[in-house]
Order: sequence, then structure tokens, then C-alpha cells
Amino acid sequence: MSPLLKLEDLNVSFATPRGDLRAVKNVNIELNQGESLGVVGESGSGKTVLSRATMGLLPSTATRTGKILYKGEDISQLPRDEVRQLWGTGMAMIFQDPMTALNPVRRIGTQLTESLTVRLGMNKKDAREKAIELMKRVRIPDPEGMLKKFPYQLSGGMRQRIMIAIAVSCDPEMLFADEPTTALDVTVQAQVLELLTELRKEFNMGMILVTHDLGVVAGHTDKIAVMYAGDVVEYAPTRQLFNNMKMPYTEALLKSIPRLETPTGTRLPVIEGRLPDPTKNEPGCSFANRCPYATDKCRTETPPLTDGGNQHFYRCWFPIGGGK
Amino acid sequence: MAGTGKAHMRPDGDRVLVVEDLTVEFNLGKNKVVKAVSGVSFDLVRGETLAIVGESGCGKSTLGKAVLQLPKPTNGSVNFLSKELTKMSKSELRDMRPAMQMIFQDPVSSLDPRQPVSAVLAEPLQVWNKGSQVEIDQKIDELLTAVNLDPAVVRDRRSYEFSGGQCQRISIARALALDPTMIICDEPVSALDVSVQAQILNLLQDMKDRYGLTLVFISHDLAVVKTISTRVMVMYLGKVCEVATPDELYTNTKHHYTKALVGSVPIPDPDRPITGNLIQGEPPSPMNPPSGCRFRTRCPQASDKCAQEEPELREVSLGHFVACHHPVD
Repeated sequence: MSPLLKLEDLNVSFATPRGDLRAVKNVNIELNQGESLGVVGESGSGKTVLSRATMGLLPSTATRTGKILYKGEDISQLPRDEVRQLWGTGMAMIFQDPMTALNPVRRIGTQLTESLTVRLGMNKKDAREKAIELMKRVRIPDPEGMLKKFPYQLSGGMRQRIMIAIAVSCDPEMLFADEPTTALDVTVQAQVLELLTELRKEFNMGMILVTHDLGVVAGHTDKIAVMYAGDVVEYAPTRQLFNNMKMPYTEALLKSIPRLETPTGTRLPVIEGRLPDPTKNEPGCSFANRCPYATDKCRTETPPLTDGGNQHFYRCWFPIGGGK
Repeated sequence: MAGTGKAHMRPDGDRVLVVEDLTVEFNLGKNKVVKAVSGVSFDLVRGETLAIVGESGCGKSTLGKAVLQLPKPTNGSVNFLSKELTKMSKSELRDMRPAMQMIFQDPVSSLDPRQPVSAVLAEPLQVWNKGSQVEIDQKIDELLTAVNLDPAVVRDRRSYEFSGGQCQRISIARALALDPTMIICDEPVSALDVSVQAQILNLLQDMKDRYGLTLVFISHDLAVVKTISTRVMVMYLGKVCEVATPDELYTNTKHHYTKALVGSVPIPDPDRPITGNLIQGEPPSPMNPPSGCRFRTRCPQASDKCAQEEPELREVSLGHFVACHHPVD
């Protein structure tokens, strides 16, 4: 059986005055039905562009090459109208900022029932009932009263729940969650992450969870792709990744997370320096200028994605703990 | 939770700031009043970093702003460097401003996009006549170097040319320009990536040591404040729940709300998934807060007593204060 989603050599670049900006480089990932993949990286690593490219939501300045196999069929060459047919029922997306993703001048009820009437052809009454059911599902108190409210009347957590309800309303096969909890408080973040995992299992959806926080993906994903400067630099099942980290970048990212166990007054380890200029295509490992273990080889030769066994892939000449 | 009381105050300390019974209410008209901060007291001893932690809407930012009289609090007293700020006229207050600075949450929007960095940093110095142009230029270079930016590179650039982390460094430099005594940092790292967050936290710690600052650090994330603070005050719906040193607070949590906050911190370990079971729902409206303990509507241990009687802060162990009738064992 073919996987739900398979990206083959996906490349995305943007034409800019300074030259082509390569945002996503030769990405190969796979997602099965019901599985959850975490895409982790800093701002500018290409993680958001990756999910948008897969959905077909790129601006016209972008060039995309490679294959996007959705249930075995390459959707990358389909005309926009046909890709659009997949939105909602095939792939759905939750955006980072629940404050701006909802239309401020339309009632919640209108926004929730829109996809139900347009996509599933429901009549108003059925759509309303389904909307109430969806809101109960995402644990919104007083769903009937909620139908009449406007987004400004809701807290960030409630708006994100509405976004989730809209995203799952047409029973999608896969869900992209782009930093769904970054704008939320920790307590609400915990609730929303748990809700997403619950819905994924119930609807047997594939989910791609995009975040900059390894702490967020640790407990809620089956596998993780770490991105750096447009490359997938480490790709492994979640436990394998945490127990047997190979990439110095992933390690640095993990160490920079403040933890409750950290003694007061400790200096947090930081990743010095910045991402390389994405318009320059220099040889060598993209992380070399910030890597504590870098050698001359790292600065001149680009490391390939190496198969370390146990479905663990990494892009490093000198992986932590040695190679295979 | 959410009680009043002053058991946690330290009258013997070298106090920079003493806030007593501070209340901030916003009148919405039609007899609707938002009770954002309801009778909060705290003090700041010179050289300490007090973290104020709580969810959105708990009044932590309003409290920080009310200390700076932005706007003036509805009731209560704010005593900064032995001077009562709430009774001051505008011009008296203005003279106090250089000593108390603020760093805001969104580093990009808190810088003027049309001004180059040198102008952003020169403005406070010029307004307060801190020397000739040459001296001001020297001071700008010194400030930029202090926050690990290269003056030669960044001086003439504008905020949109910088990343969020760099903008936050510039904001920190601006707050330092007038040699303040106290800086109130309102969620200074919430908008940043984890890797950049660590850099800014380290920088704040360095600046505190170097310039002898006293900091108030407002955040919703207990893990973030753990490394930087010397004392943590947990707030819920305009009231104080618990006050302790960070080590004590996390190892010997007494308040049920603090326990929920601690339990919600994402741990980067697949074998310890975070769960949302600790507390459900969201805080009630501050327009109509619950009677007695304000946390009782979400508290697993709430009893009748909690509805009738508001808990006061009391000391449970040395330096650890909690406002709860049924603290965690």
C-alpha cells in the first residue's frame, strides 16, 4: 500500500532581487495514515514553506520541483482547480495565529458551516447541527451560543479550537498544523496538543506538526524531521531521535530548551551565529559555521543524507556517537 | 488561590520597589468593570529578579504597567526608590522614568521602523541631555557592543532588516541607555525561537550582573523563568497564588494552579508526554470573578470554604508563601 503522503526530492525556491532563495532543498519524507510527523526547525529553516508547498499554497514567486505523492498519485502537476478539490476533504491546515486566521467580521457559525455547505453540500440546518457537534468534539463550552459570536469575543485558545473544528469538519485524511500552539499559553498548549492527538487517532488522520520546539513534538509524534536552512538534516522515529541523536544541530536545539530541572542561574547553551544566507549556495554543510564539531571537510564538502539504520537518517560527516 | 495578604513582604530588605494593595480596574461603562489586578502586594530587593508568571488575562502585564503608572492604578501604592509614584504629578513622574524602564513582548513592533538603530538609541539620551553628540555616539557604540551587536554593522540599519532576536537586543540596549535601576521585561522571549530565546535570557542575565539591575520578568512559561529569576510570583485572575524561590516552587509546589502550570511545560522527552488533564477550560471572566478563592472553579480540591473565604498568603516554609486553603501535600 502506498503511503498517505510521500515527498520526493521536493525543492522550493523564491525569485528575489538578490537571486534565487532556496527555501526547501531535496526533501524526501513519508507519512502513513494515522501517523504523526513533527517538522522542527528555527525561523527560516523552511518548515512552513514545506507544508505550504505540499498543500499548494505557495505564492506565484515560488518555483516548486519534485513530486508530491498523495495516496500514490503525484499532485504536484495538477491544475490548481483539482488541487483545490483536495483541500478540506483530503488535506486541511491549521495556521499559527488564531487571531488572524479567522475572518473578523463574520460570525463563528458562518465560518464553521461554510466548508460544510460548500464542500459537503449540506443544507443549512444539517450544517448547523454538524457545527455544534464539531464544537462539542473540540470541547467548546456552550456551542450553540458560540455560533453567534465573533472572533474578537474569544480567547486565543478558543479561536484555535474553532480553527481545529473547521479543519477537521470535512473529515480530512491529513492535517497540517503549522505552529498551532506557539501563540498560546502553556496550559492551553497542553490542552490543544492533546486534542490534536485525540482527533488524529479518532479520525485516523495523518498529521504534520510544524514547530520550533522539540518539547512540543516529543510526546505527540511518531517521527520527526529536523530542518535546517531548507535541508532535512535528521529524520528518524521520535524515540530513536531522542535516544540516539546524530546531528549536532538537533543536539544544540535540544540543549537550548530551558527546563524545570535546570538549576537557577545556569547559562543556557546557545547556538551561536545565524542561518546562512539562503540566496547563496555555498559548498559544505549548512550548519558548519555554527557547529562546535566542524572540521575543514564540513566547510568544503556537503554531507549527503546518510542512512544510519533503524530508519534513522542524518546529514553529517561526523555524527554524534559515530556513524552506523 | 488567589488571595491577598502581605506575608511575603520583606520590610527589612534593601527594597527598590514596594507595591501594596495594587488594584487596576477598567471601566467599560454600563456598570461593567474589568478587575484586572485585585489587591496585589509585592516588593523587589535590590539586585533580584522577580518573575511574575500566569496565563493570559491573569493581570501580569497590567500589573507591570501599573507599576510604571501606565496608566495609574485604580488603588494602592507603588513606592519606588522610597518615593510614592501614585501621588506624583506628571512632571515629577517624568523625572523618575529614566530609572525605570520596560522591554516589550514584540521586539519588532516596539522599534520605530523608520529610524535607524543609532537614532532609536540616541533619542532617550538626547531627550535627557546626556552629553554632546560625540559622547552620545560613544554611548550608543558601548550599548550595542554590550548586547553583542557590532556597532559598525548595525548603526545605520532599520528594524525591518533585523531578526526578532536582534530587535530584542536593540530593545534591551535602549532600555539600558539611561542607566536604569529597574527594568520590567514583559514577556521578552515569548515571540522568539527556542535557540534565540536562550541567547536573550543569557544576555539579560549578563546585563543584570554588569549594570547592577533589578529585574521584573513577566512570562507565561515557568521553565523560562527558572534559569533567570531569584523569586517567582504566580498570579491567577488578578490575585497572587504562590511566592517562592524557583527551586522551591518547582520541587515543592503548594498551589494547585502552580502545579498545573508546572505540569503543562513541554518536556523534550518522548517518554514523558505532556497532558492537558491537569486543569481544564480557561480562566473565568475578570468582569465577574468567582467569590472566595478565584481559582476554585478549576481547582480539583475546591471545597465550600473556598467559595466563602478568600485565602490569604501564608508562609508554609521559609520564604515560601501560598494562598490556598488546601495546599498540595
